[in-house]
This record gives sequence, C-alpha cells and structure tokens, in this order.
Amino acid sequence: MGIMDQFLQQLINGISLGSIYALIALGYTMVYGIIKLINFAHGDIYMVGAYIGFFCITIMNWPVLPALLVSMLLTGILGMLIERFAYRPLRSAPRISVLITAIGVSFFLEYTMMYFVTPQPRTFPSLLDDAAYHIGPFIINNQQIMIFAITIILMAILTYIVQYTKVGKAMRAVSFDTETAQLMGINSNRIISVTFGIGSALAAAAGVLVGIYYNSIDPLMGIMPGLKAFVAAVLGGIGILPGAAAGGIILGIIEALVSGFISSTFRDAAAFAILILVLLFKPSGLLGKNTNEKV
Amino acid sequence: MAIMLKLDDINVFYGAIHAIKGISLEVDQGEIVTLIGANGAGKSTTLRTVSGLLKPKTGTISFEDKTISGQPAHKIVEYGISQVPEGRRIFANMTVMENLELGAYIRTDKNGIKSDLERVFKHFPRLAERKKQEAGTLSGGEQQMLAMGRALMSSPRLLLLDEPSMGLAPLLIKEIFEIIKDINKAGTTILLVEQNANMALSIANRAYVLETGKITLSGDAKELSASEDVRKAYLGG
Ligand SMILES: Nc1ncnc2c1ncn2[C@@H]1O[C@H](COP(=O)(O)OP(=O)(O)OP(=O)(O)O)[C@@H](O)[C@H]1O
Ligand SMILES: [Mg+2]
Repeated sequence: MGIMDQFLQQLINGISLGSIYALIALGYTMVYGIIKLINFAHGDIYMVGAYIGFFCITIMNWPVLPALLVSMLLTGILGMLIERFAYRPLRSAPRISVLITAIGVSFFLEYTMMYFVTPQPRTFPSLLDDAAYHIGPFIINNQQIMIFAITIILMAILTYIVQYTKVGKAMRAVSFDTETAQLMGINSNRIISVTFGIGSALAAAAGVLVGIYYNSIDPLMGIMPGLKAFVAAVLGGIGILPGAAAGGIILGIIEALVSGFISSTFRDAAAFAILILVLLFKPSGLLGKNTNEKV
Repeated sequence: MAIMLKLDDINVFYGAIHAIKGISLEVDQGEIVTLIGANGAGKSTTLRTVSGLLKPKTGTISFEDKTISGQPAHKIVEYGISQVPEGRRIFANMTVMENLELGAYIRTDKNGIKSDLERVFKHFPRLAERKKQEAGTLSGGEQQMLAMGRALMSSPRLLLLDEPSMGLAPLLIKEIFEIIKDINKAGTTILLVEQNANMALSIANRAYVLETGKITLSGDAKELSASEDVRKAYLGG
C-alpha cells in the first residue's frame, strides 16, 4: 500500500472511531452546558448501553436497529434516574461534591455490572458480513458505513431537537440562564432530566456501535472512551454541541493517524497531549468564544 | 377596587442577611404601583420573592385570592404573573423571535400567542424589524424592549418590572415609560421597581418607599412626589 492509500484508510478508520467519540462527547457537553457538571459516569453509561444492546441481540435475537433503539431508550431512562437520585439532591451543593458523586456513580455502574455480567469480556456477534467496498481511493466496510449512517442520523435529530423544538429551546434557555428560564415558566428540573436522557441515549448508541465494530465489550470498556470523549468535548469547546461533534471526529482521526504512522502505543498519549495543548493555548476550545456560549 | 397582589408581613433572608424585614403591600387590579428606594434597599429582593425565585421565611403572598408563596417560579408564571428581571437577562445567544417564543413557553393557544406577538410588535416596532437578529447584539434599549416583550408573551395579568430605566438615555427612558403606561391601559396591572423615582412617581397611581428592608412611606404617587421628605431623599431636592 502506498503512503497515500494508507493515509486515506486511516482517515476512514479515524472517522469511524471519531464518530463514536463524538456521540459520547455530545452527552458530556450537553450535561456540562446545562448544570456545569463533568459527568464522569458518562463513559459507564455508554458501557451499560453496549450491554443492553448485546443482550437484545443475543438473548432476544433482535436485529441491530431494534436493539439499538431499545438500548437508547433504557439507557436514557438510566441516565434520568442517575440525575434524579444522585445529582439533583446536590443541586445547591459545592461543585466538588457533585464531581465526587459522579466518580462514585461511575464505580457503582462498573462494579454493579461486574457483579451481574461478570468481568469477562463478551464477544459481540458479528451482525454484518465483513464485505468491504472500494469507493474511489477508499476502502470502507459494512460496519463503518453503519457507524457513519447512524451517527449522522442521530446528530441530525439532535440538531433538530435543540434548534427547533420547544424542549430544545428550553434546554438552551436553561443552559444560558437557569433562573430566567424559570421566569418563562420552564421547569428547569424537568429540562435537566431530559438533557440527561438524551445524552445517555446517544452514549448508548455509541456503545452498541462499538460492540458491532470491535466485537468485544466488558464492564470497564467505558473508562478510556469516556476520558477520550471528555478530551473531545474540551477540544471542541465544552458546552458547545457542534464542538463536541467536531472534537470527537478530529480526535478519532488523530488517533488513527498516530497508530497507523507512528505506533498504536502512542495513541492514547496523543489524545491526552491534545488535551494539554488545548488547555494551554485555547482553553475555550476550537469553537469556543470568550463569551462562553453554551449548548 | 379588587386587591390583586397582597404581601403580608414578608421576611426574606440571604443566609444570615435579613434583606426584607416584614413588608406588607398591596396592588389593586388595574393599578401601576411603584416601589422606590436606594441601592440595596431590597426592591429586587421583593420582586424576586413575588415571582418565586426566592422563598419568604415567614409571611404570605397571595395573588387573586390564592396563596402563591412557596410555589416554584415556573408555577407562578402560570398564575398570571410575569417578571422583567433587573438587567434584562435576555437570552443573548438566541434570536429575538426565540426569546419571544420562550416568553410564551407555558401557552398552547396558538391564536392567542399570535395575537400577543402582534401586540408586542405594536408596542415595540423595533423588535419586529429584528426578529431574526441574535438578541445579544441588540442595543441596551432594544434589549429592555425585548425583555418586556418577552414578559408580555405569557399574557400576564400582573407585570413585575425591575428597573426598566437602568442604563438608558433619558429620551429612551421616556419612551419606555410611555409604553409602560400603554401596557397598563391595555389592562395589565403593573408593579414597578425604580431608582428613577421621578419617572416612576409620574406614571404610578400609588407608591411605596423602601429603606433597608422596610417600608417607610406609602401613599398616592402625586402626594408622595410633593412630600418634602421624599423630595429630599429621592428626587434630588
Ligand atoms: N444573592 C445575595 N446574597 C446575599 N445578599 C444579597 C443577595 N442579593 C441581594 N443581597 C442583599 O440584600 C439587600 C437587598 O438587595 P436588593 O438587590 O434587593 O436591593 P435593590 O433595592 O434591588 O438594590 P438596587 O437598586 O441596587 O438594585 C442588599 O443589602 C444586598 O446586598
Ligand atoms: Mg435591584
């Protein structure tokens, strides 16, 4: 393979991986935008989503799409429950208490899952045949096509909700100024709950897609992608939706290029080097304004 | 006339700070009542307690004979009370139209919303020209108009205004106060908080003077503006 072909191939791989990061990062950034919480349990929510999808496919024998939708629904509800019982009671508590609680929720999800599903990795059934297509200079396989398609559809739906629906406008209002949003008659608690629901559902979709892409899931699978998605959210500008999407894709591409051209051992280091560089040179992120625009 | 809003011996605290010390006041239906006082007297605190952003420690607030104190802010809007907060607090990253839509958040009557939107554009033609503009790029006066228009979109029976004159040029203040009078004439009762006591007393029916959390004077607006004490303390002689 020529170096150009290899570059293009890593680009495809990077966009696939980056789509997953982007879906997780969107939830991170939405939750941060609305209650200024770095929800460290978000990566574990993604893991739970992957397991729900796994059981739908293996035990219930469902095809991918219903499994994906049911996983998104149930994981969305889980996210809302976590918000209701772990975070809402701390609404007026110091930020650090909520952060520590988020870490607690993260461990709780990881070890509860280990108890019920064992720490052993599970093999995700391969649902699509491994056919690959040559499109111009690119080689793209079924799994990748599915990841692109689902990511684009979900992002389009999210954009529609946030920009044009009543609940989406309420989400933006609560993010911008919770108190004034309440003066409009917006029940901010309900909107925060919906935000957790949507963010968690997107993470669940990422979890199921990763299962299909890498064929393996385990109860600690959320830790690394959770951190990476956090980096992606910061890279794009935390609290900014298009920033999270762009940050995820960029991070995925950088990781793929680093593993392809340097060594895959430097992959993770590259991600965190980016975090440090962003924090040093543009803490508000690529799309961040100084005026701190949110959601 | 029927009493619309009644505060009965309200006490409000910020932690240990006793900001409102036993305030009682009334607003009758159809009136413009103003609450004047120096910086830090507790004017905003009083309004924020009526709109539910703050809870009184003791005392009750009733609106149209229903007790509303203790209800969350988003519920109080549904009773028919709308607040224009101090400093406008428009949603700067949204368009003028989106701000107005959020004002009508609690409503589902499409036709009513449409006619109220027309009413807002009649009061504030400048907003109509700027529907699609991002609200943060409006001038200070336009932002005040937007904050008022947004509050009117819930079709309130009682409008709470917190310092609508703040930071505006004298000519614009006159314009805004004319509009407040128009809004009142069209049937909305108004409780107006102002530091600009001259202007406030000139359009109000009645007034209350607030000093460090207590009401020290109250009465007919014309009589108050003629009173020696008020002139000295608030009207610059
Ligand atoms: N969030 C807060 N925490 C603690 N104290 C507060 C808070 N908000 C207001 N106060 C105090 O309560 C008192 C009343 O404040 P308030 O904002 O109601 O005054 P105001 O009459 O509206 O003044 P201004 O004309 O400057 O707007 C002041 O002493 C103020 O310092
Ligand atoms: Mg004030």
